[in-house]
Amino acid sequence: MPAIKSLEELKRVREEALQKKQMKAAAGNVQVIVAMGTCGIAAGARDTMKSVLNFIETNNLSGVSVTQTGCIGMCEQEPILQVVIGENPRVTYGKVNLEVAEQIMKQHVQNGTPVKDYVLPI
Amino acid sequence: MREISLHLLDIAENSVAAQSHNICIEINENLKSDLLTVRVTDDGRGMNEETAKQVLDPFYTTRTTRKVGLGIPLLKLAAEMAEGGFSLVTESGKGTKIEASFRHSHIDRMPLGDIAVTFLTLLVSYPLIHWVFDYQVIDHNGESYEYNFDDTELKAELGDMPMTEPDILKFVRGMFEEGTEALALQTVN
Repeated sequence: MPAIKSLEELKRVREEALQKKQMKAAAGNVQVIVAMGTCGIAAGARDTMKSVLNFIETNNLSGVSVTQTGCIGMCEQEPILQVVIGENPRVTYGKVNLEVAEQIMKQHVQNGTPVKDYVLPI
Repeated sequence: MREISLHLLDIAENSVAAQSHNICIEINENLKSDLLTVRVTDDGRGMNEETAKQVLDPFYTTRTTRKVGLGIPLLKLAAEMAEGGFSLVTESGKGTKIEASFRHSHIDRMPLGDIAVTFLTLLVSYPLIHWVFDYQVIDHNGESYEYNFDDTELKAELGDMPMTEPDILKFVRGMFEEGTEALALQTVN
């Protein structure tokens, strides 16, 4: 089985993505960080990550960087997700399941308003 | 953990934390010999003999000082519960290889789960690491089916285009889903 679907297809997809990316570049740097320590993964952080990636894909959200961090010492609040938009301070969310992740992506990442109910006081 | 693919994600996170440049995840489902084997190999900083022994002890780590965590003892336990085995080979400065096996048909063997999402999560989150994912299924007749992914070609083609761009993400997700689902079907018969 070929490892990559088709290099030709990838070339085309890349060209298209490049054009869209240039159009949205002014939006500022947006970073979404999912905590993926053992505690996070056991609590469902992979579903949280899946939800974040799924939102980006289905809503055609360009310019979001998605990364990970390990256990940040609040295992009972996992899955934990953080959002950093431009120069704004980092917002840390707790108990971020699939649905909450989608809400954060929509309300905070896309529209700039933090989802207060899930923000952790740190 | 509910799935072996979650354990793989967890163990690979250790490899990332150990500053590996190359990480390889192998999954081998052999229905003929009734064995499921998973292996994570990295070229990270490895462990000395003493640490390698300690990481198997669930009570070795504490929340504030933990370096490796509960992940390894949990995987070892999961394997042993399914009449399998566990091995950890490591050398300080060279890397670590962790292998867990399970009796495929054992009632307590947890499902392999969504390996496509595990692959996608790792590849997208750590673009600077060279990832190799190998998934092999050998059916009851000894027929072999393989999915081999090495990110070199993909990354060369993408250049500085981030994998989190929606179109790229869709492409990569589709690629992993197609590749792994075709193989997973072979294990159902």
